[in-house]
Amino acid sequence: MNAPVTVSTPIYLDYLSTTPVDPRVVAAMTACMSTEGVYGNAASRSHVFGWKAEEAVENARSQVAELINADPREIVWTSGATESDNLAIKGVAHFYHKKGKHIVTSKIEHKAVLDTCRQLEREGYEVTYLDPDEQGLTTPEMVQGALREDTILASVMHANNEIGVVNDIAGIGEICRAAGVLFHVDGAQGVGKIPVDMEAMKVDLLSMSAHKMYGPKGVGALYVRRKPRVRLEAQMHGGGHERGMRSGTLATHQLVGFGEAARIAHEEMAAESVQLQALRERFWAAISDIPEVYINGDREQRLPGALNVSFAFVEGESLIMSLRDLAISSGSACTSASLEPSYVLRALGLNDEMAHSSLRFSFGRFTTEGEVDHAVQCVRHAVEKLRELSPLWDMFQDGVDLSTIEWAAH
Amino acid sequence: MAYSDKVIDHYENPRNVGKFDDADDSIGTGMVGAPACGDVMRLQIQVSDEGIIEDAKFKTYGCGSAIASSSLLTEWVKGKNLDEAASIKNTEIAQELSLPPVKIHCSVLAEDAIKAAVQNYREKQDS
Repeated sequence: MNAPVTVSTPIYLDYLSTTPVDPRVVAAMTACMSTEGVYGNAASRSHVFGWKAEEAVENARSQVAELINADPREIVWTSGATESDNLAIKGVAHFYHKKGKHIVTSKIEHKAVLDTCRQLEREGYEVTYLDPDEQGLTTPEMVQGALREDTILASVMHANNEIGVVNDIAGIGEICRAAGVLFHVDGAQGVGKIPVDMEAMKVDLLSMSAHKMYGPKGVGALYVRRKPRVRLEAQMHGGGHERGMRSGTLATHQLVGFGEAARIAHEEMAAESVQLQALRERFWAAISDIPEVYINGDREQRLPGALNVSFAFVEGESLIMSLRDLAISSGSACTSASLEPSYVLRALGLNDEMAHSSLRFSFGRFTTEGEVDHAVQCVRHAVEKLRELSPLWDMFQDGVDLSTIEWAAH
Repeated sequence: MAYSDKVIDHYENPRNVGKFDDADDSIGTGMVGAPACGDVMRLQIQVSDEGIIEDAKFKTYGCGSAIASSSLLTEWVKGKNLDEAASIKNTEIAQELSLPPVKIHCSVLAEDAIKAAVQNYREKQDS
C-alpha cells in the first residue's frame, strides 16, 4: 500500500488546450529580455545587436526544423497554429487558383482550418468536408475518394484536439503526392508529442504551435516544403520577412522559447510518451469499471496523454461543476453561450446525450501519479452523485430503452 | 461560468432528491426536457385529499442551474395547493437563483415540470 500522496488542487489535466511553459524555456526566453539580452532586431544587418538576434532566431529555427526533420529554410515563423493554418490554406488557394478551386478537408478539423475553408467558399472555392469514421479517423482512402481534377489542396489534422486520435498522415501524403495535390497538416496537437518526419512523410505544409509543447503562447510556425517547392501567397504584407511569406519583426524571445521547447521535446519525446501513456492507462484502468463509460475515438491510434470519455446518463457541464478539483474540458460546448454539443463528437456518430456527457482529460509533462489518482477519486464520486440525481440513470436501471421515449425537445 | 451561491448550494446539497411510486393515485409526475438538449427533469408531487402538495421529489439530468431550479421548486411547492403550484413562474425561479440569461431555459423547464406534474395528477383523479 502506498502512502497517501497529497496533491494541490486544482489539478491541471487540460494539456491539449495549452501547456505550462517549461522552466528551461522560461530561462532561455528571459535571457533575451534584459538590457544586456538579445534585444536587437533580427532584420538589422548593420550592427552586432541585429546579428545576435538573427543568430538566436536562426538557432531556434534549426531546433524546430530538427524536431520535424526538416531543413531550417523550410520553417516560416508565425504567431501560432491558427495563423499557420490560415497562411497555408489561403496562401495555397490564392496562389494556385488558376489550377483549380477545390479543397478537401475533414469535418473534425480545428476551427482555424474549418473557418478558413468557409472563408474560401465565400470567395468561390469548393470544399469537401470528409466524415471521419466512428473512431474519429480520416483515412487515406477517404481522401483518395474525394480528390478531383481541380483539387489543389487537402488539409487533414495530425492529431485531433478533442479526442486525441492520430491520423495516418504518411498514408494521406502518399495519396496526395501521387495525385499532384498539395497536402497541409494541422500539426498543432501532434508535433512535439509524437514523431513527425518531413523527410519520410509527404507533407507539403505543416502548422505548429509553441504553446502546445511547453513553449510560450503567441508563436508558431509553418513548415513549407522546398523540394518539391510549395508556393504561397502571403497573407501578411510588410517588410518581406520570412522570405516574403510572413512579414513582421521577429519576436526573438518568443522564437528562442519555441526553439528551446522544440529541443526539449525532441530529446525527451520517447521517454515522455511512455510516461504519459502510463498515466493515461492508470487513469483509465481505475475508472473503466464504472458502468456505461466509453472512450471516444480510436483506442490505439491516439496521443499518449489524451483521453476523451463519455459518462452516460450524466450531463457534462454538471460533471465539470462537481469536478472543481480538476481543470478539464467538456466535449459539450454548454459552458459557452451555445448549447450545442461538440461538432467533433457528433461527427463520430455520438448522439447528443453522449456528446453532452463527455470529458476530455489530457495529461502532460508535469502530471504526477498522485494527481491521476486524485482525479480518479473525484470522477468516481461525481459520476456516482450525478447518477443518483439522474432520472435517465433510473430509467436505464429499470430497463427502459431511452431511445423509445418521445422526448419533448425544447 | 460563475454560478450564484444559491445555485451552488442547491447543486451541492440538492433538496428532495428521489422518486415516488408513479402508480400511486396521490402522485403526480411531470417529466420534461430531452437528453439531446442536455436536460431532463422529473418532478413528482404527493397530493393530499384536500388538494395540498404534501411532499415533492425530483431527479434532474442537466447542468447545475437545471438541478438547482428543480431542487428549489420542490421546496417551494410543498404546502401549496395545485393552482398555486401551477402558477409559479419561471422568472421567480430565475430571480431567486440569479440565473444568467443563457440559463433562463432551466427555470422555464422547471415551470414546465410543475405544470406537467399538476396536470398528470389531475388526469389521474379524473380517470
